Formats: sequence, structure tokens, C-alpha cells
Amino acid sequence: MKKRFENKAKTRRTEIAAQHNAGGAEARLSPQRRFVREISRNRYLYLLAIPILAFYIVFMYVPMFGVVIAFKDYNIAGGILSSPLVGLKYFKEFFTGIYFTRILKNTFIISFLDILWGFPLPIIFAILLNEVRIKWFKKTIQTVTYLPHFISMVVICGMITDFFSTNGVVTRLIAKLGGQNMNYLSSPEWFRSIFVGTNVWQTFGWNSIIYLAALTGVDSQLYEAAAIDGAGRLRQTWHVTLPGILPTIMIMLILRLGQVLSVGYEKIILLYSPATYDVADVISSYVYRMGLQGARYSYSAAVGLFQSVINVIMLVVANRLSAKFSESSLF
Amino acid sequence: MLNKKGLKKSKGSMVFDCINTLFMLFLILITFYPLYYVLMCSLSESNALIGSRGIMLLPKGFSLASYKAVFSNPNILTGYRTTLLVVVLGTALSVILTSIGAFLITRKNFALGKPMAYMMTFTMFFSGGMIPTYLLVYKYLHMGDTFWALILPTAISTYNLLIMKANFQALPDSIEEAAKIDGANDIMILFRIVLPLSMPIIAVMILFYGVTYWNSWFNAMLYMRTKSKFPLQLILREILLINDTSSMSAGGNGASDTYLIGESIKYASIVVATLPILCVYPFIQRYFVKGVMIGAVKG
Repeated sequence: MKKRFENKAKTRRTEIAAQHNAGGAEARLSPQRRFVREISRNRYLYLLAIPILAFYIVFMYVPMFGVVIAFKDYNIAGGILSSPLVGLKYFKEFFTGIYFTRILKNTFIISFLDILWGFPLPIIFAILLNEVRIKWFKKTIQTVTYLPHFISMVVICGMITDFFSTNGVVTRLIAKLGGQNMNYLSSPEWFRSIFVGTNVWQTFGWNSIIYLAALTGVDSQLYEAAAIDGAGRLRQTWHVTLPGILPTIMIMLILRLGQVLSVGYEKIILLYSPATYDVADVISSYVYRMGLQGARYSYSAAVGLFQSVINVIMLVVANRLSAKFSESSLF
Repeated sequence: MLNKKGLKKSKGSMVFDCINTLFMLFLILITFYPLYYVLMCSLSESNALIGSRGIMLLPKGFSLASYKAVFSNPNILTGYRTTLLVVVLGTALSVILTSIGAFLITRKNFALGKPMAYMMTFTMFFSGGMIPTYLLVYKYLHMGDTFWALILPTAISTYNLLIMKANFQALPDSIEEAAKIDGANDIMILFRIVLPLSMPIIAVMILFYGVTYWNSWFNAMLYMRTKSKFPLQLILREILLINDTSSMSAGGNGASDTYLIGESIKYASIVVATLPILCVYPFIQRYFVKGVMIGAVKG
């Protein structure tokens, strides 16, 4: 047994040696021979690749091609392939329909508000947290503020519904401060604020981690130099900390802008009601309602495709802009 | 007052520290109190909750009736079972597939490595969307109402895979080369060398996937039809958001009783569904942070 192992090791050794000094010789082989050699040399890797490729092809790429139903009149009996082509019919229907402006407006407003509040707050929080010098206190703050990230969306939304309902705890607080006792979640004026506010509550802690990591990378000599030059803590933050984490901020902003049309639909679907459709209905919730509750597959696939395409365009544009102005980019 | 470097702190600096500390205490309060409040409500007597649900520091009255109701609800129990199964099997499958995927795209001398990396990254930015995926899983793969619909469509998270990839890239090549010279093949290298050396990141992955599976409900809502196969979160949605507590008050005396128990049942079911995560969370939190940081620094 041992001998066999040694033999195997020996052949392996010569193989590796051959690989090292035969770089030129390999290039001279014919394409077929090179292919065969690649397969046999990496046969185990190819074996391992089967499940991975299967997953990505079946669950990621097949749906991408399945998007052709947006250009077809999909019916269950005919299936995807034999349904008749209708071209841009469903896109036209969507663009000229009464819901187009409503859901586009809602998506942009909610997304904009979410970026406006949800993007800078984790950065500010990370910078302030970084100023906390007492170790255990810092740890405690982190433990508590990361917590909402791990609570399920269903539970969070259950809590929101309860807290903001008539006689709920937040409603009571508002009433004590002179507001009305009513169901705030079903009032169109309040829905977006509640949605964005609770979003910030859920994410500010967790999203700050990435900036905290970036902050540890800022050279401490820079702070010392700034202090010697007479900069107080505020000016150190402005002139040392912020420039130090700017690349991270830019990357995160690019990624966020690439998601501008994907408002957290799980949360919308859990929270909205017919009373608030007017201000709450976004593209993905509309896709869900039309496609899965209304079984209008082709139409909602068209709407979904519109959303994906805009997202990719936004990502590319944001990336270009960032590469131009701040020298950080994704690709 | 002297700080570490022996420099005297300025007055402004001290004022800042005070305000900052107060601000942080405020943040702790607003993040933690809602959760504490739910716990207190769940322990309260239901009739006490009806009239006054203001700020609460201790439960109003004390009663475990709502917990009794929750645990005698067959839906919660089957939900718990399904969720546990999904968490255990799903996490195992996901972690294995993710490690293999990350291992493959970090191989040098592997012709498929680069194309696969591109293929994976592309899916982070573009996808077929909800409807084609639904049609595929439900109508073509016939996975509707089966356990597999809860696991397979989301088995690999590309984001997690890239975190893992960054971690694998940081391992020194020399160990693998030594193993190769000793006759190890690629599968042995993955399972005997790369994975044992990457235990911290595997822990992170187990936790990331575990929490995701525990909390997931949307796939279940799309694909599951039979109530006894619903995972916990979907049952919870019915209780919390569609206000369906009917199944829990069997044996209650009429409508008003149903309503009374219904209120505190909501809080108790939140606690029951969240407590497992909150109990392990403080111990694993530092791993989570590490995982995100690895992704942030190297990804």
C-alpha cells in the first residue's frame, strides 16, 4: 500500500516537474491534445464542477432565458416554447397603462428616501462608534445594533403593524405628543415614512460594519500628523477619516444605485394594503401581484425585465461616474 | 484626564465624548426596546393588554397562557419542524456547494475557473426575475409544494461564495503544492487541506446560511400550498399579518375570548420564532462581523 502511494507520488512529481519546465512544449500541442490533457489533468475539478454548473444553469440562467415569455403570449397549455410571439405587446401595455407612472414614481421616491436616510447614517454611526474608546461599551453597542439584521422580515413587519396600529405603542407615543390615535400604517401620508424609517432602524447597525472595517485601515500616523498640526477631532474626521474611507463609500454607493429599482419587495408585500397601494406599490410588488396572484405571467415578466434592465443600466452609469470622479470602481 | 498617548484632552473633546456616549445609549435604547417590549407583552395577561399598551417596563400581570396556546397550535409545531429541517439540510447543502464553487474558481491551471467566476458574478447584477423563476420551479421542475422548493432555488448565494473565494485566495499556495507532490488529488486537497484550514469562514457561512434559511418565507409563499408543510415564518405571517389566530383558540368561549388571546398570542409567537436566533446570536456575532469584513476588505 505504502509503495503504491509512493509510486503515485513519484508519477505526480514528474508530472508537476513536466508542467513546470514544459510551458513552451504544451503550447505546441494540437488543440485536441491540449483539451484531452486539460480534462484528464483536472478530472476531479470537472467532477466537482458538475453540481455547481448545474445549479447556476438551472436556477440562474434558465430563468434568464425564460424571460422570453415577456415577448410571448404565455399560456400554460402551450408552455414557453410553443406560445405565440407577440413582440412588445406587453411592454406597450405596461408603458401606456395607468399603473406605469404610479409604480415608477413610488419606486423612485421610496428608493430615493431610503438612500437619503439609509446611506449616510451607517457611515456617521461608524465614525461616531469609532470614537468610543471604552472597549466593552463599544462591543455592547455593536451587539445591540446588529440585532435587527437577524430578525426575520415577517417578525419585523408584524411588529411594525402592531406598533403603528390604533392603540399600538408607537401610536400611543405619538398621541401623547399631540398626534392622532389612528392606524398610521394604513394612512397614505405615513406609509413611506414608516417604511423608510423602519428600514433605517433595521439596517444602520449592520451596514456600518463595512465602514468600521474601512476605518481600521486608516493609517494612524495620519491622525498623529493632523493632531500635531493642531487639528481637533472634528477636523481630523473631516480631513483624515472621510478621505480614508471614501473608496469604500463610493463602492457601496455604486452597489446601492445598482439596486435603485429593487425596493425591498418582501417588506412592501408584507406591509401594504389596498388603502396604501397608491403610495406603496412598487415595481416588484406589482410584478408579484400581477404575475402570481393574477397569473398574468407574460405581462409581469415584461415588467420584471424592465426593472432588471434599468438596474443594470443604473449600475453601469454609477460605476462610470465613480471611476471618473473618485477613481474607485467595481469593474 | 490623559489619554493613551499622554496628551491632555481638550474641553471640547470631553464634551464630544459625553454627547457621543449619550447618543450611543439612545441608539441602544431604540434598537433594543421594541424587542424587549414584545417579550413583556407576551408575558402579560391578555385582558390587561387591550386597554393600555403604552410604554411598558414589566409585564402587565403575568401569564404564560399565550405560550401555552402557541405551543398547542399544530401549525406552529409543524412549522417548527419544517423550518428546522430546512435549516439543517439547507445549510449543509449550501455550505458544501459554496465551498466547492469557491474552490473551483480559485484554481489556477483550471480552464473553467475564470469562465465560471464570470458566470457567477453576472448573476449578482442580472437575473431572470420572479416570474420566470417561479414558472421554472413550479411548472417545469414540478417542485411546487415539495420540501426541495424551499432549498434548491436558493442553494448558493453568490455573495457568500465570493466571500469564501477571497478567503481561499489568502491561503498559501505552497501547502497545496506540497500536498500535490505527495500525491493528493484535487478532491483530497479541498476536503483535507483547504476546508480544514478555513474553519472560521465555514463557521461564518454556516451562520449566514442558517439565519437566512431560518428567516426565509418568500419562497415558501410562492411554492407551498399545504399548510402542514409551511415553514414557521409563513405560519407566523398568517398569525401576525393576516390576523389568523383562529386555529389557536379552539376551545375558547366565543369571539371575544378569541380576540383576547389573539393579541398576546401574536407577541408570544414572535418570541417563539425569534428566540432561538437571539440565544445563539451573541456568541456567534463576532464571526458574522469577521465574515463581512473579509468580504469587505478583499472582495
